[in-house]
Amino acid sequence: MKKLLLLGDEAFAQGALDAGISGAYGYPGTPSTEIIEYIQKNPLAKERNVHREWSANEKTAMETALGMSYAGKRAIVTMKHVGLNVAADPYVNSAFTGANGGLLVTVADDPSMHSSQNEQDSRFFAKFALLPALEPSNQQEAYDMAHYGLELSEKYALPVMIRFVTRLSHSRSGVARQEVKAENTLKLPEDKNQFVLLPAIARRKFKALLAKQADLEKESENSPFNKYIDGKDKSLGIIACGLAHNYLMENFTDKECSHPILKISQYPIPRKMVEKISMECDTLLVLEDGAPLVEEMLKGYLGNALKVKGRLDGTVPRDGELNPNSVAKALGFKETELLTIPEIVAPRPPALCVACPHIDSYNALNEALSTYEKGHVFADIGCYTLGFLPPYQAINSCVDMGASITMAKGAADAGLYPAVGVIGDSTFTHSGITGLLDCVNEKSNVVIIILDNHVAAMTGGQESSAFGRIEQICLGLGVEREHIRTVVPLKKNHEELVKVYREELAYNGVSVIVPRRECVQTMAKRNRSGRE
Amino acid sequence: MKLDIILAGVGGQGILSIAAIIGTAALKNGYYLKQAEVHGMSQRGGDVQSHLRISDKPIHSDLIPMGECDMILSVEPMESLRYLPYLSNKGWVVTNSKPFINIPNYPELNSVLAEIKKLKNNICINADDIAKEMGAARSMNMVMLGAAAAFMDIKVEDLQDAIKEIFERKGEKIVEMNLNAFNKGLEFSKANK
Repeated sequence: MKKLLLLGDEAFAQGALDAGISGAYGYPGTPSTEIIEYIQKNPLAKERNVHREWSANEKTAMETALGMSYAGKRAIVTMKHVGLNVAADPYVNSAFTGANGGLLVTVADDPSMHSSQNEQDSRFFAKFALLPALEPSNQQEAYDMAHYGLELSEKYALPVMIRFVTRLSHSRSGVARQEVKAENTLKLPEDKNQFVLLPAIARRKFKALLAKQADLEKESENSPFNKYIDGKDKSLGIIACGLAHNYLMENFTDKECSHPILKISQYPIPRKMVEKISMECDTLLVLEDGAPLVEEMLKGYLGNALKVKGRLDGTVPRDGELNPNSVAKALGFKETELLTIPEIVAPRPPALCVACPHIDSYNALNEALSTYEKGHVFADIGCYTLGFLPPYQAINSCVDMGASITMAKGAADAGLYPAVGVIGDSTFTHSGITGLLDCVNEKSNVVIIILDNHVAAMTGGQESSAFGRIEQICLGLGVEREHIRTVVPLKKNHEELVKVYREELAYNGVSVIVPRRECVQTMAKRNRSGRE
Repeated sequence: MKLDIILAGVGGQGILSIAAIIGTAALKNGYYLKQAEVHGMSQRGGDVQSHLRISDKPIHSDLIPMGECDMILSVEPMESLRYLPYLSNKGWVVTNSKPFINIPNYPELNSVLAEIKKLKNNICINADDIAKEMGAARSMNMVMLGAAAAFMDIKVEDLQDAIKEIFERKGEKIVEMNLNAFNKGLEFSKANK
């Protein structure tokens, strides 16, 4: 069969479809977004009517996928690393309930924070939840692991994590497909207690989960994705996890590596393989594209367990993604002389697009707040976070999905006036609604600006779960009708916007302002597709 | 055969369509390929790059090692300088000379061009003007690809075929326009090598 040229995300998506999933659930987030987008455009998914709509957030996605697994069908759920924080409650508990139909929890991490607010390593969550995890090192493995992971999930009746990193998610390569499998049929769990985590049952389920750990380790030891490659020079043994294995091998394209290498792409850690390399070698070098998870375990808290080099002793930088050069340095290879970047090269940070509606919203907000000192605006996750940069310098916080509204409330509780929250329509339906309910219940003195551009713009214009119903949602939560104000953020409406902002800043209670205008990127895309 | 290219530009300038054409030509020759792209926040007018790796042997890293890049192909002059640590001492910088100014502190253009001229192997071409003169302003990318083709270990005909394949669905006129733009770029490089 001809190979397909696919992004890592797309390779996994194709693999999951070919392995017979009946549903893909997720919330857009870089670098995971392309998995569901691929499935949404895929003919097999259409033909089979595989579920492929976006969920309101990662928690609802994870729970819905768990529900599909309960019904006996195969499902995947996708998110970025910080999305797993949102889905952590159902994810950790799903280790206790287990799965019925195969269930893959696909999390794309972003070491070096190309498009994220932190670089947490999702493998810690898998270890914490006592669930198996797979870490593909290339696009073919990403495809194959979808098949393998679903089999593994059904064999042990447990959800399986697939951990991506940006450089794999967003890199293309040739991928060969396997045979296309049929979907599972509807089949309820044989054990009617399986999904009921009452304490008495949960205690039993926990023991059962603990009992599975030895077998899961054995699976890792026999995994086709974990490899032990022997070498003569035992002064050093190298453990390379996931993508780190590529950076290691890149340094041996024209020569053999004389040291034993252990490639880890399936967790829990393959104990016997690790035992072997640590017994045979004087020192270990651990390479992980993320946090030093394996390294810390092997080194021990006091550092007296094994001689281990890696991120913790500075052999590899403590933060940021790996690359061929940082691995070469860790191997002690001579550094080649490199050209330097001329001093005149200026940074070019991302910026709001020309004619972006957020520009008009921020210009008006800045003017309305010009009589106060700076420091009153709590923002959120999305394109509008770019309002932090000059020339706007309009916002003072960006923490996590939904935190704009709740932080504004907390600051208002502390006595800060005015307290303004700025949140996008998609972020509002993701995690802002409950925070606004808190505000309404206490009649907090806040102004919440919900920037409605119809889509999740930063990730490429996915449909927002709000579907233009922001005002109805706010009314339903109990925001007073006369303090829900809709405006059109255009330059010509500047004075009107400033006036509305000022009126609501003056109101002692909950105000919601909805500047509504379509994202210019999605509008352009819509016009282009209309022409063709 | 090994060809490592960094494609550079500003979000929205369309460097990925250049990558798609080189990639199509490479696959036709049965080469291995890896191509790392930038998605997400940086695409909003920030600096973007794509690592395109082609080889007759399997490729390990998705990222090009620093000091080993064969070519920096940039559609914007200042952006061509941002990735210099990746360039090998035999590598080429092929760049558009027309700046894309969306920051207040963009350096003096002459000093940018002077830095490019200092490099051992460089081609600086005003691809925007060439494309405009041809009445094909949107084909700036293809002028750049043509300019770069003079230094690539991929046959010119294969790249031309790939252009035909990629633009086919947009009609014969568009194919013709892009091929002409490509050839203009190629001629420029051959004359200014």
